[in-house]
Amino acid sequence: MTLLFGIPIQALFGQLLLGLINGAFYAMLSLGLALIFGLLNIINFTHGAQYMMGAFVAWLVLGHAGLGYWAALLLAPLLVGALGILIERTMLSRLYKLDHLYGLLLTFGLALVIEGGFRQLYGISGAPYAVPEELQGGWNLGFMYLPIYRGWVVLASLFLCLGTWLLIEKTKLGSYLRAATENPQLVQAFGVNVPVLVTLTYGFGVALAAIAGVLAAPIYSVNPLMGSNIIIVVFAVVVIGGMGSILGAIVTGFMLGLLEGLTKVFYPEAASTVIFVVMAIVLMIKPQGLFGKGS
Amino acid sequence: MDSHPALLSVSDLHAYYGESHILHGMSFEVPEGEVVTLLGRNGVGKTTALRSIMGIVAKRTGSIRYQGRDLIDLPSNRIARMGLAFCPEERGIFASLTVAENLLLPPVVRAGGLSLAEVQALFPRLQERASSQGTKLSGGEQQMLAIARILRTGARLLLLDEPTEGLAPVIVQHIGSIIRSLKQKGFTILLVEQNFHFAATVADRHYVVEHGRVIDMIPNGELAASMDKLKAYLGV
Repeated sequence: MTLLFGIPIQALFGQLLLGLINGAFYAMLSLGLALIFGLLNIINFTHGAQYMMGAFVAWLVLGHAGLGYWAALLLAPLLVGALGILIERTMLSRLYKLDHLYGLLLTFGLALVIEGGFRQLYGISGAPYAVPEELQGGWNLGFMYLPIYRGWVVLASLFLCLGTWLLIEKTKLGSYLRAATENPQLVQAFGVNVPVLVTLTYGFGVALAAIAGVLAAPIYSVNPLMGSNIIIVVFAVVVIGGMGSILGAIVTGFMLGLLEGLTKVFYPEAASTVIFVVMAIVLMIKPQGLFGKGS
Repeated sequence: MDSHPALLSVSDLHAYYGESHILHGMSFEVPEGEVVTLLGRNGVGKTTALRSIMGIVAKRTGSIRYQGRDLIDLPSNRIARMGLAFCPEERGIFASLTVAENLLLPPVVRAGGLSLAEVQALFPRLQERASSQGTKLSGGEQQMLAIARILRTGARLLLLDEPTEGLAPVIVQHIGSIIRSLKQKGFTILLVEQNFHFAATVADRHYVVEHGRVIDMIPNGELAASMDKLKAYLGV
């Protein structure tokens, strides 16, 4: 057996792959959170519940309508995104002029209500969701075995992150979004309908979470608590990357997933805390986050 | 002086920031094709007047008629779409946008604005710095950019809030010549100023503002004769 730093190479790459997969989810989720925080100034604590709902949409449309994975990948962001838009229009939009704390309380409360509802309906044991046929099996790369589905998740996440980044940095719509993040009043006074931009941004961030939920269903199984399990780590990722920084959310998401994987190899006891240790260090040295602007 | 119909007429305008009552029944008119200034000391409500016309100050009462339509109940994006454009005192250049993106940010609201080539001819320096971050420009260049970006939108009435503040005399002169050439191109301009020496070089009439009201109107032709009165108003 080949060893690298005294570790079997198969185990090392296996853990790195797991880390990369986790990182892919951290990146997709923190990207949506960063977008929403940037424009709405609201820390969307419902994000985990919206990710969970994406997974449930996949499971429910399979069971009730016979619609498979690919249909779910399209339907989940549309349905959960539409629900997000409804939440923004009827509730969140009333809080923008108040302290951050109100948005936090509302979204946290909503997350509890949604998760409680799903627990009541479906229990907490969770339901398995099969990997779609086209993506079953795996490749032996020589130094490791790569399940095709996991490779797909990493690619899909990279594609979504890159696409979102291009949308924000390179398009006219993205320039409205960046400008409105800095000074919404002035952008509106130029004739841009900022309230609609805000609503669409929330819907888009939520839709990203729902897509992540569908992608996660075959890996983590579908259960009402899957969102709250991951979201705390995702908040740490957002803080490390810099609140509201798009690029920071993406890069930090993947990096911290990998770091977590490596820790599992070299010092497994710290694997679940290493991200929070990094957060504490970053907050001490650069409180605005690694990619944050100003102070 | 009153040969042109008023493009904008403000009457009995009151405006509030939270509990503070800033404008106390302000009234004035901006005739089509003229450059009109609001002169006054710091804190008398000149900036608030512009922000109220533009709809940025939401809590306002009275009447703001533009081309015969009342703007008082419209949100600022609808007001912009009617053909008014605003250049704020703090310039409002976006740090996360390049110079070119800042220039192209305000959407075109109607036909008849300057073409990009015309804007670039007026402000050649902006083209050289097109890919720089907006806030990396010097103060004078940022002011140019803030004016330049509202010229291509098709807006007919430009609200300029102290465009000369904090700038070197040579740049102030340059801004003066730009304002005069904009007037020649048919723009109507409402200018907030503290520097009446500058205002005298560009404006057709001056409204003197005190305590949130207009207390006097001085046609530019009578400015020299009214100098003592004006100095008393402005406390200089």
